Amino acid sequence: MRYLPLNDTDRSDMLARVGVKSVDELFADIPEDVRMKGLLDLPKRASEMEVERKLSAMASKNTAAGSVPFFVGAGAYKHHVPATVDHLIQRSEFLTSYTPYQPEITQGTLQYLFEFQTQVARLTAMDVANASMYDGSTGTGEAVLMAHRVTKRNKAVLSGGLHPQYREVVEGLSNMAGDRVVSLPADPTGTEDILSQIDDETSCVVVQSPSFYGQMIDLKPIAEKAHQHKALLIAVFTEVVSLGLIEPAGTQGADIVVGEGQSIGNGLNFGGPYVGLFATRQKYVRQMPGRLCGETVDAEGKRGFVLTLSTREQHIRRDKATSNICTNSGLCCLAFTIHMSLLGQAGLTKLARINHGNAVKLKKLLAGVHGVEVLNSAYFNEFTIALPKVAEDVVEQLAERGILAGLPVSRLEPGNKDLANLLVVASTEVNTDEDRAAFVDALKEVLA
Amino acid sequence: MSMNTQGRPTAAGDVGETFRPKTFTGNRGLDMEEPLIFEFGSLETTGVDLDEDESAEFELGGFKRTAEIGLAGLAEPEAMRHYVRLSRNNYAIDSGLYPLGSCTMKHNPRLNEKMARLPGFADIHPLQPVSSVPGALDLIDELAHWLMVSTNTSAVAMSPKAGAHGELCGMMAIKAAHTAAGRDPKIVLVPESAHGTNPATAALLGYKVVSIEAKDDGTVDLDALKKTIAEHEGNIAGIMLTNPNTCGLFERDVKQIADLIHEADAYFYCDGANFNAIVGKARPGDLGVDAMHINLHKTFSTPHGGGGPGSGPVVLSERLAPFAPLPFIRKTDKGLELVETEAATKDGEQPFGRMTAFHGQMGMYVRALSYMMSHGSDGLRQASEDAVLNANYVRVGLQDLMSLPFGERPCMHEVLFDDSFLKDTGVTTLDFAKAMIDEGYHPMTMYFPLVVHGAMLIEPTESESRAALDLFVATMRDLVMSAKRGETERFSGAPYLAPRRRLDETGAARKPVLKWTEPAPAEVTPAAAE
Repeated sequence: MRYLPLNDTDRSDMLARVGVKSVDELFADIPEDVRMKGLLDLPKRASEMEVERKLSAMASKNTAAGSVPFFVGAGAYKHHVPATVDHLIQRSEFLTSYTPYQPEITQGTLQYLFEFQTQVARLTAMDVANASMYDGSTGTGEAVLMAHRVTKRNKAVLSGGLHPQYREVVEGLSNMAGDRVVSLPADPTGTEDILSQIDDETSCVVVQSPSFYGQMIDLKPIAEKAHQHKALLIAVFTEVVSLGLIEPAGTQGADIVVGEGQSIGNGLNFGGPYVGLFATRQKYVRQMPGRLCGETVDAEGKRGFVLTLSTREQHIRRDKATSNICTNSGLCCLAFTIHMSLLGQAGLTKLARINHGNAVKLKKLLAGVHGVEVLNSAYFNEFTIALPKVAEDVVEQLAERGILAGLPVSRLEPGNKDLANLLVVASTEVNTDEDRAAFVDALKEVLA
Repeated sequence: MSMNTQGRPTAAGDVGETFRPKTFTGNRGLDMEEPLIFEFGSLETTGVDLDEDESAEFELGGFKRTAEIGLAGLAEPEAMRHYVRLSRNNYAIDSGLYPLGSCTMKHNPRLNEKMARLPGFADIHPLQPVSSVPGALDLIDELAHWLMVSTNTSAVAMSPKAGAHGELCGMMAIKAAHTAAGRDPKIVLVPESAHGTNPATAALLGYKVVSIEAKDDGTVDLDALKKTIAEHEGNIAGIMLTNPNTCGLFERDVKQIADLIHEADAYFYCDGANFNAIVGKARPGDLGVDAMHINLHKTFSTPHGGGGPGSGPVVLSERLAPFAPLPFIRKTDKGLELVETEAATKDGEQPFGRMTAFHGQMGMYVRALSYMMSHGSDGLRQASEDAVLNANYVRVGLQDLMSLPFGERPCMHEVLFDDSFLKDTGVTTLDFAKAMIDEGYHPMTMYFPLVVHGAMLIEPTESESRAALDLFVATMRDLVMSAKRGETERFSGAPYLAPRRRLDETGAARKPVLKWTEPAPAEVTPAAAE
């Protein structure tokens, strides 16, 4: 087997040195009746070529986003990632290193985590950011639990503009933990009355902006009302590129900002691995979940970095920990950090403008299609349209024409007639004028 | 001295052996000091060329960002050099033996990386029409099959994002099963030797954690377990047990433990962190396990990446299978169906909810399946056997000098020592670990598990050759003898030769500096200005 350095001579010599006759003696603690005598009922070893053949065959059955005009967003976005990023994250020293528990020989990882935390804090305009969560949805679940710890209350209010699957993650976790969740109905236009839901029992209000439907939400009045009732505002985003162009939640009064960082440095990967961004105010840092990297000095006074405030974490505090999280998204953070340092403020701002500009162009084209109504007035790079037909059917028909057109809201929110014709559409820098024209032409055909 | 024709010396000659120049840059040859990106990048610079952006129109509803973001940019060559230099300050499996117990730092085959980057896997959106991703469902279903066969279980919840997330998923399924049966037990049993994630997970779900004592040999004390169960009769949700346990030992009484737990109407959660020891040798389903997460980033070689991403699918027994979270794949006559919502479920499917948006760690699934297919049934078993053999080879190589807390018995894929061999040397487990760094090794896991004093948990994995193990054992023996001879300086100040000496963790926690801030400009005093 190509990955195993021991040969049979090694094995028999080593068994002799260990003092056993056969390797099975080393497994003697496994009760005899459950110790396997034969092999697992699975195929035997395969050459590199054979594995490649089988997996390539599976991959080729899928339509890659880059091979068609592509307009699906709704929490994961198709962006161009510079070649440098993928090269660097495959450096052995990054790829095959463990969590930096021995800081003297993992300064590489620790320094990029420190750069990552700084980038995220600046993007969100918050005081501190952690070294990542698994993704935006699980980060949102953790943010709600954190708000419960901070406020010592357990009622969360979720906006109807929150990504439905984020909502489900929060609801699942809260229900299991015995907490209360008030989820408002789907709100494509950002016109819900969330303020009246906030009371003295509320621990937090969770609002996504731009919303799942693309609508920009004014967070300031929500923050104000929440703070009047000593509740926290958790601001959520799924498109981190938006922060290059729109006012961050940090300056709008959010207490925790959590979101998905996939767009920067990370591919679509059918939903994972992604990277959850998590930032908060300095005063709440000791209630934060996840790993934190901090600056310090070594015995010779040289600057260095270490994992810190680990007394919050499970390996020290066990059942008193702020979260059970251990492994997070190390390599995805690295991809994020490299891509973001390549962009810099100048590049990110421009990238965000191009995204917004492409969405504006697409919106105009779609608004011109007979029977199509655009629901959002203020948006970043995605928005929702109402079709004269069931959106799921339209999307299938467009897919048959080689266009991947967006997300029918009913896929995530089935059974709600009001949402059946809604389609969430995204346009990023990868879309060309030809892509947009192809989409609009095909849509006209399908709706005709 | 030899000279070439221009008079340049070509032999080393008599150079001073001990002189260490204090360099201007702080660099030491290939060992480079590297600033933070914020200290040398600029707000104007960008390393990404983007099309000119001709659109002047904004439909942002007055939410345009006006203040500086403060993100330093780097040109491509600057970024390349910066991150290459950083990488050189990291220890990695590819550069040396990484015997971090309980972490299974095995070789990460690059075929897996190549496969995960096929556009048909890497460049597909989780919410594009299901009809456009049949191969993705195939892949997930195929991996699920390999995992279920390897564990003899009935179902697998694929979506958990890492080991601890898998624990959470498994325990949520258990809670849901109790709720469905009209029960509401409050207690989860956790042995003292457990990973910290176990009690943290149980507590997250509102359970009270009750600790189970270990016997002198490091395994669960059946009598203590019986007593605890009796004490809390009717109120136990389950047990969270790592097997092989964190002492590197297989729980011999595992089936009795499972029976006792099941008789108490409770479930057996197995922490699968140490599955690498027994793949192809024993199937958790045969041991009475109801739920077990599998760290694809340990057992099935997906890279640790400096702390993730992981992936923690949870295999489930028949009793728990109905409660598997969304999303899941349903097999029908017409092929595979993706079930993403409560509304799409059928009779007998009672998902407790959802662990994450989308479908889990697809990128890790591809890598894990590539690994499993490469090994096959024969290679998987061989890998476990080699992992266990290697750990035992290290054990016999060191047991006369170091101290085995549970006597000279075979271990599984990792061997645990305590610090009694260091008694009266003045050297601690931490010092010993740091001295290993100077020898070019990543230290073993230290001070874990908590059940032995000054624990040192060594897991060499199957990826090490006999020669590599021989050198490792010889190095460890040299270190032990050095400690016993009283050469404390080698340990107390170690590491001496790493990119950094010991770092002040206490100081870091006392006044946390968690991001870079622009240093205040040096104040110009009126006197200096004159």
